[in-house]
Amino acid sequence: MKSVDPSSLALVALRLLAVDPGLNGMRLRARSGPTRDRLLSILPDLPLPLPTVRLHPGMTEEQLSGGVDITRSLSAGRLCQSRGLLSAETATYLLPMAERTPRALAARLAAVLDAREESVLIALDEGIDDEALPDCFSERLAFQVMLDDGGGLTDFSPFAIGGDPRSLSTVEVPDETLKSVVGLARQLGILSMRPVLQAVRAARASAALAGRARVEEEDLILATQLVLAPRAMHLPEPEHGPDASTADPAPEEQPEIAKGESVPEDVLLEAISAVLPEEVLARLRQSRPGQGLASGSGSGERMRGNRRGRPLPSRPCRGGQGARIDLVATLRAAAPWQMLRRGQGAVTRHLVQVRPADIRYARHEDRSDRLLVFAVDASGSAAASRLAEAKGAVEYLLAEAYARRDHVALIAYRGDRAEALLPPTRSLVQARRNLAALPGGGTTPLASGLEAALRTALAGRGRGMTPAIVLLAEGRANMPRVGVPDRENAFRDALGVADAIRAKSVETLVVDVSRRPQSQLQDLAVRLSAVYAPLPVSDARRLSRLVADELG
Amino acid sequence: MTQPFPFTAIVGQEEMKTALILTAIDPRIGGVLVFGDRGTGKSTAVRGLAALLPKIDVVDGCPVNSATPEDCPDWADVKCSKIVARPTPVVDLPLGATEDRVVGALDIERALTLGEKAFEPGLLARANRGYLYIDEVNLLEDHIIDLLLDVAQTGESLVEREGLSVRHPARFVLVGSGNPEEGELRPQLLDRFGLNVEVSSPTEIRDRIEVVRRRDAYENDTSAFLKRWRAADTKLRKLILSARERLNDVDTPDEALEDCARLCLHIGSDGLRGELTMLKAARALAAFEGEESIGRRHLVAVASPALRHRLRRDPLDETGSGARIDRAVAEVFQ
Repeated sequence: MKSVDPSSLALVALRLLAVDPGLNGMRLRARSGPTRDRLLSILPDLPLPLPTVRLHPGMTEEQLSGGVDITRSLSAGRLCQSRGLLSAETATYLLPMAERTPRALAARLAAVLDAREESVLIALDEGIDDEALPDCFSERLAFQVMLDDGGGLTDFSPFAIGGDPRSLSTVEVPDETLKSVVGLARQLGILSMRPVLQAVRAARASAALAGRARVEEEDLILATQLVLAPRAMHLPEPEHGPDASTADPAPEEQPEIAKGESVPEDVLLEAISAVLPEEVLARLRQSRPGQGLASGSGSGERMRGNRRGRPLPSRPCRGGQGARIDLVATLRAAAPWQMLRRGQGAVTRHLVQVRPADIRYARHEDRSDRLLVFAVDASGSAAASRLAEAKGAVEYLLAEAYARRDHVALIAYRGDRAEALLPPTRSLVQARRNLAALPGGGTTPLASGLEAALRTALAGRGRGMTPAIVLLAEGRANMPRVGVPDRENAFRDALGVADAIRAKSVETLVVDVSRRPQSQLQDLAVRLSAVYAPLPVSDARRLSRLVADELG
Repeated sequence: MTQPFPFTAIVGQEEMKTALILTAIDPRIGGVLVFGDRGTGKSTAVRGLAALLPKIDVVDGCPVNSATPEDCPDWADVKCSKIVARPTPVVDLPLGATEDRVVGALDIERALTLGEKAFEPGLLARANRGYLYIDEVNLLEDHIIDLLLDVAQTGESLVEREGLSVRHPARFVLVGSGNPEEGELRPQLLDRFGLNVEVSSPTEIRDRIEVVRRRDAYENDTSAFLKRWRAADTKLRKLILSARERLNDVDTPDEALEDCARLCLHIGSDGLRGELTMLKAARALAAFEGEESIGRRHLVAVASPALRHRLRRDPLDETGSGARIDRAVAEVFQ
């Protein structure tokens, strides 16, 4: 099957949304460009719910839900409410730069989509690489389409194709169809039930659009391409060897399928291959189940503060130390009361009467500080030079730390335990003093080292930092967490801790400093979903650059 | 969404359904926290349960759903004393809600136009005698959660602001749901929820097909689907009602108390809240099953939801908290 032009898929998705707004919407992953612009320009011609409302990820609660319209209230002398953008019963929402949506807004929009069947949201996701929409939100949008640049969209007619559209409820969905959708979703590793339900719904809408009385193969293929394919976690095992490449341009004729029978899943799988870009397919084929699931880390976590960062809506609270009054918000809070307060016969005739309850404090949201936990192998003969490198790297990083706002901790493991040489700090002086004398030699308790690193990382996270672990390892683990030296147990323990680290989504970098790269450490890196970097001949400067590049 | 999906038509997810039913029988159990993957029917269950519950008698026009005219708060100034039947209130708390909207605030309109100080009740007042539902509770701002849990525990909302001093009853079952991957709740807050259930997507292919089949039938012809499930819903409603009546007659033998205490000691849960919740939940379950006294079976059944969130965390223990409770149950009860 030849590959499908994503822009025409997007157009079909828009048509389906017009037929059944209960499909909630579409995530259109595309950079701003002529194809996207042309696609959006036909939105007004489609019978989508009205009005069309443009949102923005930075919108405040007041803009969304409405509130007192201060300016109008003051000039009119009576209370005027402004309507929030989300207050319309039905609407088509357009959300550009959707990948920047904060989680709170995403959850708010998800609630709106849940509550109002007739509302549609089109999220324009302009993210690159890992940037993506918050999950609670993208999950509710039935369709996901990735537009590539320069896609040749020829048919821009906004009108339905084929026969007369019929109403949704008259379309029959055969039981076999349900079964094949469920089976396919399972093969693709989709656990949530929502995409499955959405796929069935989309197939029904597609049949209704084409005026068919029951859902047939092409509806199902369309639903698979639009709903299930983009969410696939992995591709099912191919039955005829791995070299049956899906990129193979030679299309084989599909055997005719008797009407009413369930659509063979390989037809649907092929349909999937047709819509996914080549690199995504390659990634899916490689990925083992369960890998690539580590989400929720990466882009430094958010935290609230009142000093710097992006401003959040201010709120009335008691000002602690260093809290800053938001003067404009305070005046706004006081404004509607002015008439009333004068009427109450206040003693003084100040121009503006501000009471304590009006005072609003500024709040800001900021990227949290990062904590780099170095876990360094201090065992064996080469310990001294390696520790010197680690110390040097720590000092380099700390020297830059003020600008990058990094905290650094250092853990050395040797003998039968791990030792925290440097608690999380930003102080270069403290680091130099603590790192001055370092013993070396002994067995290699890799698991204990990782465990100590994890504990430090989690403690740092508890204090609002975003932790990352840098493992500097040489040689094989030969000391389990408890007991006597034993290579096999030692490595098994290390893998166990690695799973725990991954489960907590702590970002990790494995630096192999042994002369010859170790397969054991590569396995460990895979288990950690970590970047593996062999660095046989290293110096402190290169190490610090590596850390900055990989974890930056 | 006028007609929610019927509660009894939800496939599987027995633990979540049972927990919700138990809080419907005895609201003093103190809220349910449902944690789990997306698309597992968390919100569907809450909305379905509300539709299933019997109507309550309220004074017409009372902002806090009082049962009798004497119970109406003074500030509400309720003139009418007509009693009407209303569905059990289920109030959604949107994530972005401000404090003003949650607890209530000065009625700006009356203040501006009439120059009166009047209280405009918030969501907590509306949720009195019903449910307060928060989706994505783990993303809610901390100060709102603190406030909610405080009110949920005392059953009364006290508003002291903008020159107002108002108190009103706010007894509701707090139901929170969320996905732990997106952020966890602080342990102190976890502890305040009575029951904690974990849900996951059904893994049996048969169940999954059944989910899709029912949902599709519901979306396609809602009224026919509701009619088909009405009998089951009615039966469950009757069971809940009779369990409520029997609740106070259920015996609590000393062995049950001792079992609770031993189990809680064994798993090392903090405080006594674990025991109390477990006991209340077991009593509700016994009443639901028509038993005369609490048996060990009931305790075992509610141990996981009542204690799961009160365990000390260990980042290296990969076994789920549910499995750890099961192990403890097996060790203590042999």
